[in-house]
Amino acid sequence: MSGIRVLVGTHKGAFVLTSDGKRKTWEVHGPHFGGWDIYHVKGSPADPNRLYASQSNDWFGQVIHRSSDGGTTWEPVGNKFVYDGVPGTHKWYDGTQHPWEFKRVWHLEPSLTDPDTVYAGVEDAALFRSVDGGQTWDELPGLRTVKGNLWQPGAGGMGLHTIVLDPSNPRRIFIAISAAGAFRTEDGGVSWRPINGGLKSNNELPDPEAEVGHCVHRIAMHPSRPGTLFMQKHWDVMRTDDAGESWREVSGNLPSDFGFVIDVHAHEPETIYVVPIKSDSEHFPPEGKLRVYRSRTGGEEWEALSKGLPQRDCYINVLRDAMAVDSLDPCGVYFGTTGGQVYASADAGDSWSPIVRDLPAVLSVEVQTLP
Amino acid sequence: MIRVVLPAHLRTLARVGGEVRLVVEVPATPRSVLDALEAGYPMLRGTIRHHVTQERREFLRFFACGQDLSHDPPDAPLPEAVVAGAEPFRIVGAMAGG
Repeated sequence: MSGIRVLVGTHKGAFVLTSDGKRKTWEVHGPHFGGWDIYHVKGSPADPNRLYASQSNDWFGQVIHRSSDGGTTWEPVGNKFVYDGVPGTHKWYDGTQHPWEFKRVWHLEPSLTDPDTVYAGVEDAALFRSVDGGQTWDELPGLRTVKGNLWQPGAGGMGLHTIVLDPSNPRRIFIAISAAGAFRTEDGGVSWRPINGGLKSNNELPDPEAEVGHCVHRIAMHPSRPGTLFMQKHWDVMRTDDAGESWREVSGNLPSDFGFVIDVHAHEPETIYVVPIKSDSEHFPPEGKLRVYRSRTGGEEWEALSKGLPQRDCYINVLRDAMAVDSLDPCGVYFGTTGGQVYASADAGDSWSPIVRDLPAVLSVEVQTLP
Repeated sequence: MIRVVLPAHLRTLARVGGEVRLVVEVPATPRSVLDALEAGYPMLRGTIRHHVTQERREFLRFFACGQDLSHDPPDAPLPEAVVAGAEPFRIVGAMAGG
């Protein structure tokens, strides 16, 4: 019997939610690291019992924990994130240059093949890598040479929040930064180039089609089609079929094309999910109705999925790292809200039910499908 | 023997239940106490002082003998009562308000 482990990072701790393959009944374990912001928890595809967790707060800074037993026990590992060489400067809110300053780890992305290799996306935006299970971290500094002086934090900070590893090419990595845009490396992280062609930020940038500066919220890929990426931008849902060389909008009939999360069905590369949010100034669902939207055509044509979700007086948000899918059949889809609910669908989104309702605000959701 | 009182989150992180007792060479200073603390509990590195600058994290305070030592030079001698173990060196998280 297969099992599911949902790894939930919240504003006040981490939780591990477990179920068998039926996904009907759930156990809630935690909080781990109670009281800390847990931006992200993620397991190694190469060893599902190896988990990494990013905990931080304003008092004590950044801590990284590692588990070798699927989240039952944890040990602290290295938390020294030091920019390579002279850190340099980026654009500040007032247009002046501001020194790069490490604040926290937003996202941890374990290697697809080695449990001891893990990437960390941090604020102020940079990419770090550990090859010793998180004990030590080294920056991949080439990224910040790509017009880093023009990168500027958005209201939520300048975080590197998305790391997508190409399963067909271990030297290719995609990353995304708010508010700098999307970038790709073809040499394992040594050199990078912006991949923002086709993005339009009409209200956010003086040059709507600037090479960098776009507020990308999330990128998702289906492993069978690593050249196709789906993006939830600040506004606009986008796709590329040439690894980011050119993007086109696929927002179609969405009630709002603002949002944070986007993900791809585990077995259908053209089936994608978003959660529309009303606007950049009103971070809650349109009409107070929490609806996931699914497209079975890779975008453009969307259907609302609302069965089991609150359809009145719902004013939560779903943050960028808070949606994930399992690989069972039918595909399970999961998301967490700033209201503390974690919703699950065991039928690819047709119907939903809460696994748990009253957690602290959910920052991230990851799912492991266990043998 | 110098007694150090950690805030709750750091006690959990360091897996200590109460006060931490440290042997620190004379003259004991905030810097030498923190050096000894981090040597014994390496998971605390970076959580009290910044890794690179070694400056106190902004939202932490150092109290002892009813005084706020947070703004004293890191190499200033600690009060005799702290050095003698009569009073603890307290690492305190600033109040968050709200």
